[in-house]
Amino acid sequence: MTTDNSSPETPSPEKDPKKLKQLANQVQNLVVKPYKKRIMPRFRRFFHGLKEQYRKIDIKNEPRQRRFVVATLVLFIVWLLLVGTLSWSEIVVGIVVAAFTAFLSSNHLAFIDNLKFKWAMPLHVLRYLQVFVVALLRANIDMARRVLSPRLPINPALVEVQTQLKSPLGKLILANSITLTPGTLTVDVVGDHLQVHWIDSTPGVDLEHATVAIAESFERHLQEFIE
Amino acid sequence: MAIFGNILIVIGAAFLFLGALGLVRMPDVYNRIQAGTKAVTLGSLALLAGVAFIHPAWLPKLLVIALFILFTSPVGSSIIARAAYLAGLQPFTLSSKEKARYLSKPEET
Amino acid sequence: MSILVFYLEMLAFIFIGGAVLLGMWRLLMGPTVPDRVVAADTLAVVTTASLVWLASKLDNPIYLDIALVYGALAFVAVVAIARTIEGSHSAK
Repeated sequence: MTTDNSSPETPSPEKDPKKLKQLANQVQNLVVKPYKKRIMPRFRRFFHGLKEQYRKIDIKNEPRQRRFVVATLVLFIVWLLLVGTLSWSEIVVGIVVAAFTAFLSSNHLAFIDNLKFKWAMPLHVLRYLQVFVVALLRANIDMARRVLSPRLPINPALVEVQTQLKSPLGKLILANSITLTPGTLTVDVVGDHLQVHWIDSTPGVDLEHATVAIAESFERHLQEFIE
Repeated sequence: MAIFGNILIVIGAAFLFLGALGLVRMPDVYNRIQAGTKAVTLGSLALLAGVAFIHPAWLPKLLVIALFILFTSPVGSSIIARAAYLAGLQPFTLSSKEKARYLSKPEET
Repeated sequence: MSILVFYLEMLAFIFIGGAVLLGMWRLLMGPTVPDRVVAADTLAVVTTASLVWLASKLDNPIYLDIALVYGALAFVAVVAIARTIEGSHSAK
């Protein structure tokens, strides 16, 4: 800092004690008093609430906290995959951004409650993924055969499939799996019935045959980790 | 490694081509959605796997893209199918004569 | 060795180009609106995949981000068009 370069004939307000007092009064009235009166209590209440929140943290029984933690974890993993490096600054920023995004979208996270959190859950997810990948490969080879053969062997029909899954998330995952597997395409979901377009409806178009042929193998695995 | 990655890329591109071919050959909207979505999804996954073999350092970002395609592609096709269904498009079905012929002579693989 | 890689790349290029041409044909000729939307959806996924391939060819990972954003925007567009046409009977 430079020391004092103001000329003596124009005294600066810092040198004049009267003006200095006036300035201090103004600052008191304009900044400090409102801050103490209005803003400080808000901060205090906010931090108090935060402390209370942390005191009664209980992921097992409080659905709101569980939603928040799960969403933050998933978003953080996606962030790490996107950034691709493991430096400390990236990790800290990722946690902050993930927590903030989860906080902003906390009103729309109710679907997380439909997952059944158990220790064996990753195993069930892996088993389900294995079934899914095999079905995906079979679907594509089947579709390639149909497209390439000159007779175009299709026998399409709209059929209905019944599902045991209750929650919207379970129905969504089941519908996605059905869409990506051999010769079937989910058209609409009404209650616990899924309308499915089936490209080779030879086993029969009634409810039981279609359910057994299309949805059962997925449902058995999905029910283990989703309601 | 590069050769294996390139072979995977060619397989993926072939599936993309098959998907587009199915899009042209199939007789109605629902069948076109089926042919289009499935083959194109697997094709792009195979292509991404091939690129991951050529550039192993890009694996995390390729994984994000693959998961994204895997989640959004069936949702998109289902929502188009639902739109077509609600707009009143009837699905193409075989006539009884064609169906009898189809059932009597199953397509040999 | 490298000549084999070159032929494989040519083959992939021919396949992707053929896929884009067939998709464009369906996009232009599709008799109904959902047909065109399906063609646009398929073309979007093909474009995403070929952007990734382009990133590999040009050795520049910035195209991966472009592919991701393009895929997201195309998905939003397809959903928006589908929601628009689902009530209207002009889609036939």
